[in-house]
Amino acid sequence: MSGVTLENVWKRFGTTEVLKGIDLAFEPGEFVVLVGPSGCGKSTLLNIVAGLETLTEGEVRIGDRVVTHVPPKDRDIAMVFQSYSLYPTKSVRRNITFGMEMRGVDKAKQDKSVADVAALLHIEPLLDRKPAQLSGGQRQRVAMARALVRDPDLFLFDEPLSNLDAKLRIEMRTEIKKLHQRIQKSVIYVTHDQIEAMTLASRIAVMDQGHVRQFATPDEIYENPADLFVASFMGSPPMNILSGRIVDEGGLAVEVSDEAGPVRFPLPDPLARSVAGAAGRSVKLGLRPETITGRDGQQRVADLFAFERRIEVIEPTGPDTMLITSLGGEELIARVRPEDRAQVGQPFAFEVNMAKAKLFDAESGRRL
Amino acid sequence: MSSVEGSVKPRAAGWRLERWLPQLVVSPIFALSLFFVYGFIAWTVYISFTKSRMLPVYEFIGLAQYERLWATPRWHVALENLFVFGGLFIFGCLLIGLLLAIFLDQRIRAEGVLRTIYLYPMALSFIVTGTAWKWILNPGLGIEKLVRDMGFPNFTFDWLVNPEMAIYTVVIAGIWQSSGYVMALFLAGLRSVDDDILKAAAIDGAGPIRTYAGIILPMLGPVLLSAVIILTHLAVKSFDLIIALTGGGPGYATDVPATFMYAYAFQRSELGMAAASAVMMLATILAIMVPYLYSELREKDR
Amino acid sequence: MSGATDGIVRASGAGSRFLRILLFALLILFALYYLLPFFVMLATSLKTLDEIRTGSLISLPSSLNLQPWVEAWSGACVGVRCDGLQPYFWNSVLIAIPGVAISTFLGAIAGYALTKWRFRGANIIFALMLFGAFIPFQVVLLPMARTLGFLGIAGTLAGLILVHVVYGLAFTTLFFRNFFVSVPDALVHAAKLDGAGFFAIFFRILVPMAIPTFGITVIWQFTQIWNDFLFGVAFTVGDSNPVTVALNNVVNTSTGVKQYNVDMAAAIIAALPTLLVYVVAGRYFLRGLAAGAVKG
Repeated sequence: MSGVTLENVWKRFGTTEVLKGIDLAFEPGEFVVLVGPSGCGKSTLLNIVAGLETLTEGEVRIGDRVVTHVPPKDRDIAMVFQSYSLYPTKSVRRNITFGMEMRGVDKAKQDKSVADVAALLHIEPLLDRKPAQLSGGQRQRVAMARALVRDPDLFLFDEPLSNLDAKLRIEMRTEIKKLHQRIQKSVIYVTHDQIEAMTLASRIAVMDQGHVRQFATPDEIYENPADLFVASFMGSPPMNILSGRIVDEGGLAVEVSDEAGPVRFPLPDPLARSVAGAAGRSVKLGLRPETITGRDGQQRVADLFAFERRIEVIEPTGPDTMLITSLGGEELIARVRPEDRAQVGQPFAFEVNMAKAKLFDAESGRRL
Repeated sequence: MSSVEGSVKPRAAGWRLERWLPQLVVSPIFALSLFFVYGFIAWTVYISFTKSRMLPVYEFIGLAQYERLWATPRWHVALENLFVFGGLFIFGCLLIGLLLAIFLDQRIRAEGVLRTIYLYPMALSFIVTGTAWKWILNPGLGIEKLVRDMGFPNFTFDWLVNPEMAIYTVVIAGIWQSSGYVMALFLAGLRSVDDDILKAAAIDGAGPIRTYAGIILPMLGPVLLSAVIILTHLAVKSFDLIIALTGGGPGYATDVPATFMYAYAFQRSELGMAAASAVMMLATILAIMVPYLYSELREKDR
Repeated sequence: MSGATDGIVRASGAGSRFLRILLFALLILFALYYLLPFFVMLATSLKTLDEIRTGSLISLPSSLNLQPWVEAWSGACVGVRCDGLQPYFWNSVLIAIPGVAISTFLGAIAGYALTKWRFRGANIIFALMLFGAFIPFQVVLLPMARTLGFLGIAGTLAGLILVHVVYGLAFTTLFFRNFFVSVPDALVHAAKLDGAGFFAIFFRILVPMAIPTFGITVIWQFTQIWNDFLFGVAFTVGDSNPVTVALNNVVNTSTGVKQYNVDMAAAIIAALPTLLVYVVAGRYFLRGLAAGAVKG
């Protein structure tokens, strides 16, 4: 089992820079998810680790071995593709064995491996079919089988679930997680779906425009986002970001104003210390929807702050109800209990847990 | 499926007209097809069962014209030529076309220019192609002279006027004209292969030869089939090229069914036999096209 | 795009470089094979007859002798008439323009009606029409000759235009049907809800969307009609011959000294319009070939 190290990896196509100096180090056995919006460079980075794409500058190591110029087949990796990439003219069995045939594995061992992996993924009845005769979910399983049978050092997944329907996607997500817990191999997994990233990863690398914005555990990413991009990309519904200004009137607060008047969000101690003596400074205040509730919607903690706003839209989701209002010209989403009485057009008393609030620099977007 | 039905109640006469408009518009076009294709085929088939010579007569005489046709040595020459020409032409075009497509698929610099060069003969009339190759193959002044001037005074290359070999000159010119087209078909097929399939093959450790032979080429089955169909079609219909290159000669050594039919219809005034030979050509095409179209349409329905 | 995958990291070495050089050499060789006949035609057309007899087939002309081109355009004898290819070239133009326009328009409207207003039997009608693209035309030559005579347009340009229109319909309908099938029905439904009728939907919504298909179809039909020889030689006489027939007559005129240079100039003149279309609109040309290939 090996870790993966990327050192100062650059990728340019002509004048466009797709990756701008990536430095990452993955531990052996880790499940790393690369997540980001489309075009952020995550798939390119995965292809570079696979050797399916050359890099312009930098170095890739798998374990202690520098593989920058090693062809894909010699990197001891397996890959599952978004389009599954099954060979359409070969049966499922031949799809699975093709790599072993190339490596000259003897027939008896091939049969044994196919049997094992088919049992693991419940695809025994499909072995003699052609890919065109399989459903999307079945193709996905075959693609996984083809990767598993290699028994590689490192698994690479390129958006493997994005062609599946919602229900199947959740099922397969769980299955991938179980598989990883069982075989304990290193995995690099690319997705644009932040829920997939949160549920699967031992660590997440959030990417944007060729940079890694933050590389940390899911909890850390969610609770302590490094900047505005990470904060707003991870989480659904996304974090509310309000533009305001620091004021000091018997304690530091963030003032957000609009035509309905100003709201002063008092800053509790750790936050207040980060902006001490900075009255007048422009900041962004980040409030996750679940930290804003109706009155008595959350445990009594010291830092609860109440304010009132007119409700514009109500979106029940079942377990929770989303209330949408606006504040300081921005949309504000609160996650309240279904039994909280709310009516469109009526004022509603919100309560926000300021201990969970985040502050960002208005200019750079860095967390304060 | 049907898009017009399900509309709410017809409002007035205008609506009723609107409802029938598609059929009204299609019917004259369809009628043209019916008359000029099916009507004409029926007429030709009928004439092939009459004793028409200079002028069509409508007296039915059974298979006599077909018996005469098959007893005519020139018809046998034409058929034999079609097999020789068709076989070599199809094989040559497929081979060169596939090779060029694979070569061009290797991320070649100037691919666009090369592709344009390979394909331009397809824009030419067969008459032009025939004229050009007739000059190049001209025994007195063409390639023969070129090689002799290069210091091989005994070199002979007189296929164009040699009854045994003349049909092969048609093959050479035909392949020159059509192989680029086959290249384009195969190249489009190669390019339609999903990138990720090739990545998967690279990770599986397949080298270029195994990747092509084991994975990509088997995926080109449908392209191969349509290329064969098109080339067969071209071969059976080929008329212009032979007229321009050899005129069917020397003698009638390079006659094919298409030139045979033309000669009997318009020069020898044997309408009945000409019709019979045309029906034989149609039957050949049908034997190839009908199963193909049938399988294509069934594919669509699924 | 398998070509684009060559970002794949490969073991590199002298061997692979040698292979690529070999590959490139082969491709150049093939390019020469395709180019040579045209080069020979062009070179020959610019030489004098003396130079042709004494010089080499593949040598460049010693001087640019445009006389054969003038001769081919306006002086060469086709049968007894010695006006060069010029009148026949214009014949071809006069046949091609209405022939292309009418068959394209009819094909567009038929393709539209058959796909977007799928009435009962539309598929059968299409299949029956499509069949017309596959028949060997020999099977319609005799009845066509008689029909043209009956209509009083035997041996005229009008007659040949009619022939090209009716036998081009199968292809033009195919092209447009294939395009319109890919246009979502929902678009037509939306237009119907907006109150558009059969022709309004066609002209206002689908025709603008189908501009590329018009391009493909026009190029295909133009190439077919311009390059046609069989119909031209069967259904026209003398003065109404299209350029391909006239070219063949020029080349095969047995009287007098064989003027190879004039023959070659004439061949290039006859090829020029379609060649020009290919160079200017090669992409559409190729798409037409591919579309024609899908079924034909």
